[in-house]
Amino acid sequence: MIAAFLINISLGSVRIPLTEILKALTGSEASKQSWQYIIVDYRLPKAMTAVFAGSGLAVAGLMMQTLFKNPLAGPFVLGISSGASLGVALFILGGSALGLSATYLNGSWVTILAASLGSFLVLSIVILVAARVRDAMALLIIGLMFGSLTAALVSILAYFSPAEELQRYIFWSFGSLGDISWRGMGILSLCYFIGITLSFFTLKSLNSLLLGEYYAKTMGVQLKKSRFLIIIATSILAGSLTAFTGPIAFIGLAVPHLIRQWYNTANHWILMPACLLGGALLMLICDSIAQAPFSHFTLPINAITSLVGAPVVIWLLIRKKKLLF
Amino acid sequence: MKENQSNTKYSAKTVLKTENLSIGYSSKKSQKIIAENIALNIIEGIFIGLVGINGSGKSTLLRSLTGLQELLSGSIYLEDENIKMLSSEILSKKISVVLTGQAISKNLSVSELVALGRQPYTNWLGKFTQEDIEIVINALKATELYELKNEKCHTLSDGQLQRVLIARALAQDTDIIILDEPTTHLDLHHKASILTLLKEICKTTKKTILFSTHDIELVLPLCDQIIVMHKKQALMDTPGNLISKGIFETLFPEDIIGFDALSKRFFLKNKN
Repeated sequence: MIAAFLINISLGSVRIPLTEILKALTGSEASKQSWQYIIVDYRLPKAMTAVFAGSGLAVAGLMMQTLFKNPLAGPFVLGISSGASLGVALFILGGSALGLSATYLNGSWVTILAASLGSFLVLSIVILVAARVRDAMALLIIGLMFGSLTAALVSILAYFSPAEELQRYIFWSFGSLGDISWRGMGILSLCYFIGITLSFFTLKSLNSLLLGEYYAKTMGVQLKKSRFLIIIATSILAGSLTAFTGPIAFIGLAVPHLIRQWYNTANHWILMPACLLGGALLMLICDSIAQAPFSHFTLPINAITSLVGAPVVIWLLIRKKKLLF
Repeated sequence: MKENQSNTKYSAKTVLKTENLSIGYSSKKSQKIIAENIALNIIEGIFIGLVGINGSGKSTLLRSLTGLQELLSGSIYLEDENIKMLSSEILSKKISVVLTGQAISKNLSVSELVALGRQPYTNWLGKFTQEDIEIVINALKATELYELKNEKCHTLSDGQLQRVLIARALAQDTDIIILDEPTTHLDLHHKASILTLLKEICKTTKKTILFSTHDIELVLPLCDQIIVMHKKQALMDTPGNLISKGIFETLFPEDIIGFDALSKRFFLKNKN
């Protein structure tokens, strides 16, 4: 884990010796001012974002898969990423329609704000609906429907947008771990720790939910309360991460499966820490791959997570022949 | 405490009581009554079978008694408290259930699943005390699962899985265990072994066991009391009294299936 973290930091378009990296990280000055800057203000936050994103999305995915008893659920089934997409699309694509020139909207803060507002809006609707719906399966379908609705709105916006703005939107939707300032990191890590702490409070009820909602209730689980807690924890994790990094696909869906196959258990007291670690590790590896091959480019992280992760999941399933859930 | 089994029937206290209970389903527009005016008085430590044809409301009654389903009207008292007033935490220490046809995760090991029965007693971290561990081990031994404790549930047969679910309910250590058709999908041998296991548990632990079943002939000699659900009514009495009242003759369409009170068996009526 630490090794992956260091390797991740050592890779980038400027080659920096490992000893210099260690120097910069431990507080003493690196021998070149620019190296110091690159490491402390660019690569370190990026590696930390990778850790947060990987572990946070994996845990959110695990909670959703157990809550919905559905192996296809992920952190975004409740419409979080579609809400964020809608928010960003409205700002980037709809901005010109409202007469605002694109230059006003260049700042990454605006994108983050737009994504947060969008996901917050869609989520509040889903949570309001969740309070009325008894069946978790109905909630899952409602989340998917909201996803379709926002996707439709985004494509209408895209249809009327100039190519340049469309490209900016598409770049955002590729996901990116970089470009987060230290102030942004502060907000992100706060949300991350709140989300992770909340999810540890859901572990006991998640374990009873393995037997279904009826059994969980007869074992003293307050269904509505724990469902709400699970949804809130997922929303904080997935929502804040999507706002800062864009919709990062695959990790949230695949890591819980990988971990389940690896440890061969359904006990959340094992799965949750394993997902934290495994998600962070996979994300660091994916980000390193995105950096490494062509040293001057950084490939879109979304493409890499799927390229690396999908074959692994397929291979595991074929080898074990059984998807245990 | 546990030895005075023989005189329980006379001095035993009521553990579960229903008053004027109506069960069924309601929506905004209409109510569908499955059974009404149910007055049951269940005393401690007895073995009760719940019988009735498909759709007579056996599962609905069991779900209503365990607080899983809203009542249409009337009330259910657990000892002297209305279960409406009890939180699910408190209720979970009084009644445990074994349900059929639930999509449970079979990636749990036998001991992990049985240990889930201790959830009402553990803190938010789910931390086990020595006492919790002993209760789980006892539950595994009572159901003859101790050798299988590290097996995954997906490797078990239906009969073994049913035992695991019963062991989980035992580990929950409640005065009442309610089972919804614990013998379905099992062959005669496993039906018999589940029923004798339940009877044994009832005898040795003084727990009240209420279960629904279609195997009427099989459970008649075993049960202390039988609840018959028929024509929107629930009638509770000893097997002997029910037979002499001629209840079982009317349970199924009378021109097709009859009941022989002497051999306590159903038979097909030959129309030719």
